[in-house]
Amino acid sequence: MSRRKLTPYLFLVPGCTILGAFIFYPMLRAIWLSLTDYNMIQDAEFIGFDNYAKLFQDDLFWKTLLNTVIYLVGVVPALVIIPIFLAVLVNQKLKGIGFFRSAFFIPVVTSLVVAGIAWDWVYKENGLLNYALQLAGIITEPIGWLTSTSTALFAVMVVTIWKGLGYYMIIYLAGLQSISESLYEAADIDGANWWQKVTRITIPMLMPFVLLVSIMSSINAMKVFEEIYVMTGGGPLHSSETLVFLIYNEAFGNLDMGYASAAGVILFLLTLILSFINLKFVGNKGNLS
Amino acid sequence: MAITTVKKNKRFTDSFWNVFKKVLLYSLLILLTLFMLGPFLWLISTSLKSAGENIFQYPPQLIPEKITFMNFVKVMDTFPFWRYLFNSVVVTILTVVFNVLFCSLAAYPLARMNFKGKNVIFILILATMMIPFQLLMVPIYIMALNLGLDNTYAGMVLPHVTTAFGVFLMRQSFSVIPYAMDESARMDGANSFQIWFRILMPLVKPSILTLTIFTFITAWGDFLWPLIIVGDKEMFTLPLGLNMLSGTFTSDWRLIAAGSVISMAPIIIFFLFLQRQFISGVMNGAVKE
Repeated sequence: MSRRKLTPYLFLVPGCTILGAFIFYPMLRAIWLSLTDYNMIQDAEFIGFDNYAKLFQDDLFWKTLLNTVIYLVGVVPALVIIPIFLAVLVNQKLKGIGFFRSAFFIPVVTSLVVAGIAWDWVYKENGLLNYALQLAGIITEPIGWLTSTSTALFAVMVVTIWKGLGYYMIIYLAGLQSISESLYEAADIDGANWWQKVTRITIPMLMPFVLLVSIMSSINAMKVFEEIYVMTGGGPLHSSETLVFLIYNEAFGNLDMGYASAAGVILFLLTLILSFINLKFVGNKGNLS
Repeated sequence: MAITTVKKNKRFTDSFWNVFKKVLLYSLLILLTLFMLGPFLWLISTSLKSAGENIFQYPPQLIPEKITFMNFVKVMDTFPFWRYLFNSVVVTILTVVFNVLFCSLAAYPLARMNFKGKNVIFILILATMMIPFQLLMVPIYIMALNLGLDNTYAGMVLPHVTTAFGVFLMRQSFSVIPYAMDESARMDGANSFQIWFRILMPLVKPSILTLTIFTFITAWGDFLWPLIIVGDKEMFTLPLGLNMLSGTFTSDWRLIAAGSVISMAPIIIFFLFLQRQFISGVMNGAVKE
């Protein structure tokens, strides 16, 4: 091969080596591991689909799967819809609007450990939230938001939403600013009212961004781990444990690498299905308008 | 006479509406800011409260009775802040530099050259977006242990130094540059590498900024992978260190709050200096995707 022909491949070498070594090879290895019994000490032993069979009989697996689905259903719509309103709000031509944009973005840049500690404080029995709710007369007794099985998962969901709002707001802001002013001017000439402009111009033009946010937020919700690790540790009684948490515990707590990998493969398949659903539904709607 | 009164009235109602709208928008913005920053303000307030003040008092007090910096002095004794900060900075800089470098290198031939297997390679790179890291972390962990990469910067950085998003983003920006640029440089005797580095890279600065910001945010806040690969406290990044601190001082909330405040200070200061770049970087990324 001449040097000229070799050139494109040389540019690709570093990136592809990394992707090969840290994504493709581990991917195949994970699938292989999921078919073995491996604890890092003894050699891996091939056991076929036993890990999967065990997984499907494991109540904890179904519990974490259900929690992951609840997480998705709660977090994704909130992160797809609320940031649109925030973006419209910070797109107003007001003095000091840059300050508010930045303020809403600050939770995005802070680490989840800090965010978790800060919210822990809000959720305490003698914390801010209980005080505010009691003051408003909504509750009479303080609630241990993170220590009660019925509220822990939802309390953590609020933190995920809170931390993501600013990020998706900026994505929608980019969307709003990419809509040409001339479209609105033309609509004004045709005598369109405010509502018609929103439904006929803004929303259709924003659809590609809705698709993007929908895909990103659902894939992220699927993989939620850090806020749970920091705030509840999956508890109480596994009530806030998600699929990734199960993978982490099995792999690095119980050193059951095969079982953890089987759960990882399930996570992968669910991610694929989810992306497909997103493209199918949200994507179609985007194309139609 | 009658006409001018009507005009005056109209002008009056118009300006009244404008003021009303502005008051409403600002109140809404301030309320939202309180929600977004409230947990942090609370953390700062707690970190400034003296040992004599009951931080669990009911109703909660935001303003400390007497401001003290003792908590910061005390936490610095047990919390090697500068060491953790140094590790965080090293890991983040290495991740950003190599990710931008490898992604731009790989993107160049994919955008501007014809060669065998180009489409297959590009599709394979994009496909890596669908594979969750949580599936890969088990095999990567085993591999990293075998290579002796645990407790090293290389171990923390390497899995993240090429991303499909980065290759995609850079390819998009390279592909819109006119080909005349390359050809005239080639006439002057420049080779492909020189064209990439001297001609193309300076032209895609906005995309480099975008990729830098995205990589920066994920690398700085990364928690799961360092948690797995780093056990040695000397190598802890800020999130890991803070996580340990909150585990050790469960009883002393003032110290945890002080530790959280100093851990988030560097990123907040950095963000406040570069807020415009952060926000325009994310917006640019959203439009390209």
